[in-house]
Amino acid sequence: MGKKINLTIDGKKIQAMEGDKILWAALENDIYIPHLCAMKEQQQSPFAGCRLCFIEIEGKPRPVAACTEPALEGMVVNTRSESIDRLVEAGFNLIMSNHHIDCKICAASGACELQKIAKERKIRLKPKKLVQLDRNLPKDHSKDCIIYDPNKCVLCGRCVTACRTEGTAVLGLAYRGFERMVTTFGDIPLGETDCSGCGSCANVCPAGALIETDN
Amino acid sequence: MSNKSTAAATAFEQLKQKAAGTWNTLRDKPLIMVGAATCGRAAGAQDITKVIRDELASRQIEATVIEVGCMGHCYAEPLVLIQKPDNPTICYGYVSEGLASMLVREFIAGDDPCIEFALAAMEVNDFIPTFEDFPRGMVEKKVVMQHCGIIDPENIDHYIANGGYEALAKAIDKSGEEVVSEIKTSGLRGRGGAGFPTGVKWETCRQFKEDVKYVICNADEGDPGAFMDRTLLESNPHQVLEGLALAAHAVGASKGYLYIRAEYPLAVERIKKAINQAEESGLLGESILGTDFNLTLEIFQGSGAFVCGEETALIASMEGEPGIPRHRPPFPAEAGLWGKPTVINNVKTLSYIPHIIRKGADWFRETGTPDSPGTAVFALAGKVINTGLVEVPMGVTLSQLVYDVGSGIDGGKQFKAVQIGGPSGGCLPESFLETAIDFDSLNQAGAMMGSGGMVVMDEDDCMVEIARYFLDFTQNESCGKCTFCRLGTKQMLEILERITKGEGALEDIDTLLNLAKNVKTGSLCNLGKTAPNPVLSTLKHFRNEYEAHITEGRCPSLMCLNLIAYYILPDKCERSCDACIGSCPVESIFSNEDRIKVVDQEKCVKCKSCMDACPPQYSAVVKLSPPELVQEKENDNG
Ligand SMILES: Cc1cc2nc3c(=O)[nH]c(=O)nc-3n(C[C@H](O)[C@H](O)[C@H](O)COP(=O)(O)O)c2cc1C
Ligand code: FES
Repeated sequence: MGKKINLTIDGKKIQAMEGDKILWAALENDIYIPHLCAMKEQQQSPFAGCRLCFIEIEGKPRPVAACTEPALEGMVVNTRSESIDRLVEAGFNLIMSNHHIDCKICAASGACELQKIAKERKIRLKPKKLVQLDRNLPKDHSKDCIIYDPNKCVLCGRCVTACRTEGTAVLGLAYRGFERMVTTFGDIPLGETDCSGCGSCANVCPAGALIETDN
Repeated sequence: MSNKSTAAATAFEQLKQKAAGTWNTLRDKPLIMVGAATCGRAAGAQDITKVIRDELASRQIEATVIEVGCMGHCYAEPLVLIQKPDNPTICYGYVSEGLASMLVREFIAGDDPCIEFALAAMEVNDFIPTFEDFPRGMVEKKVVMQHCGIIDPENIDHYIANGGYEALAKAIDKSGEEVVSEIKTSGLRGRGGAGFPTGVKWETCRQFKEDVKYVICNADEGDPGAFMDRTLLESNPHQVLEGLALAAHAVGASKGYLYIRAEYPLAVERIKKAINQAEESGLLGESILGTDFNLTLEIFQGSGAFVCGEETALIASMEGEPGIPRHRPPFPAEAGLWGKPTVINNVKTLSYIPHIIRKGADWFRETGTPDSPGTAVFALAGKVINTGLVEVPMGVTLSQLVYDVGSGIDGGKQFKAVQIGGPSGGCLPESFLETAIDFDSLNQAGAMMGSGGMVVMDEDDCMVEIARYFLDFTQNESCGKCTFCRLGTKQMLEILERITKGEGALEDIDTLLNLAKNVKTGSLCNLGKTAPNPVLSTLKHFRNEYEAHITEGRCPSLMCLNLIAYYILPDKCERSCDACIGSCPVESIFSNEDRIKVVDQEKCVKCKSCMDACPPQYSAVVKLSPPELVQEKENDNG
């Protein structure tokens, strides 16, 4: 099947499968690009909502999202530059201004993608100039094996995809704009849905919003 | 091939003759046309129609009464056109029920055309000026609005008698490629906002060798205050259908949709009727005009969210998914509805197509500028005297639109800015009045063509509040999928709200600028990419207003409620008059020992009732900003 192609990312010559998006080509060659929403199985119809995977491609005037841009033969890509770093930091700050930060007691601490991005890019977890946009939504404890805290959700949509492909398709994205959230049909608690408790949602959650418990 | 072509031409010739018959007999007796698009109806057009019908019946006069669409003179509605044999066609504006029955009595039954009530005549004559004789008429150039308001939108013969479906009959004997090439040569750019070359879009779609392709007319028109598309659908539905049919023929589609917002019931009804009539006449449906070209058209009623007008969101919503934009490419022309190559064009864009095919690309290019050929349709609103719809050549200046078409600012106030391009457009100050209106000049100036919304603002409009208002709209309408649009616009709105309340800090301006820049670059779709425009343009041209709010707690336009106070000037107050006291809903005004009226600032809710109630000869109520000025004044007065 797929043919191999050659490209350069951050000065490093790498190989990738033709048709793969640059994000995956980079990650598989140990070049880190911040990302929250991308899922490799979905790479042909990327969600492209988190807006953290910005890169520069030589010959293109504007930054592009690495998860939507196919890797092409001979391409020269930069994942770091002053303007890229600023844009990624701005996006990250916005996400953090809407993420309930309680790393000290958060079960995801250590395995959290947000912490990872902050560390890789040397960004503060708590943004300085932005107000904290808390919505103070209730946590959902109704299911014994899963806790859902919407105040930590970054709306990457990965749980929804996982629930559709591996679970019982009870999770969905609803409402518009700032009100948008991951929820169930009719906003009923998880415990009252057909949720099988498979935990696939928690497995893919990058931000500790969905946590699998031992029960 | 040549046999077939003769067949199509012959079939069309028959339709044309029948249409000409209908059209010409209209002139045998008096014809009264009432402008009854949604705008006319809102002004009472249907009551006017009834009065005219009743008056004719009671006098047993033979005359034809039809309801037509909108000519664009919305400020003067209801409009009535009267065509009486041996007279020029005369247009009357501001028609009341009394004037309507008078016109029947004096002009139809009698012989007096009541010139004093005429707005203008439709043809050159000796006694009434035509629309072309007014400043507005000199700027105006009608292409897609040419027949709006002067033909019966529910009668296909009226359209055909005025050149309608001729382009389709002509093109059907040509290859789709030739049609694409003509549109490419014409340089037509999409009127849905982005100005993408229509011919290029069609060519892309045509290239794909797929059996199933779609054409879609985007009639979601979600810009607040915009009604250009609605008017075209209501006033000349066949023009849009013919455009869509030509698009289908050009790219090789046999199925088309009109995505119309559900809030446009009259447009839906008229398009439905038009589709039926066109099918009955063999201009739509199976083997159109006897050829092997088939096209079925269907209406899809949109749910109304603004973002559903974005093409990928629109397609998602037609597929039964939430109306949320997705990443492009692939563009719809490659993979659109149900993954099939799909051409999606705006109502106005499609309305130009029949004209270009009929009269040629060169004819089209005679109007407008080399890079933005043709005309532009604007909904002129805000503080101008004459609001309404207007079609002008690309390249006219903003000042021509404001002063010649709009007749200048209402109430002798000072012009401040024009907001152009809808909620994501920019605000341009006086120094930009000579800017030419075309896609590229407006972009350069920090505004955009958008879909044709144009709001004129005067000295009473606070530019910070205006920016906040538009951002509130886009923030609310964001689908919420991507970080920058969902949270970036929200953070920007938080800052603007602080500033309009007088709680801003100077560093907020820098944060705002940075957020704006990042939301523009980082957002997934054009909603987010353009949402910061009102903020960026007002910051660029009216930064002093932001600073006044922040450093002085003062709103220079006296608009931001938190930063103003109502004050009654003691030396102007007439004392014996109680108008303000009676008008106050919260009893915040009292009479002091000299019977001078005083506003209790603690109680005042700043509703402006007292200012409106104070008789103009006194004009004692004023707004002060910052509100602390009240204390100063009161101290001065002892
Ligand atoms: C938020 C948003 C709303 C839009 N709304 C409309 C609309 O109401 N009508 C429209 O024709 N195009 C709208 N567009 C533009 C469409 O995405 C698309 O570009 C257009 O329909 C293409 O037609 P055109 O090439 O004829 O301009 C919108 C775009 C965005 C980003
Ligand atoms: S990973 Fe590319 S936008 Fe989220």
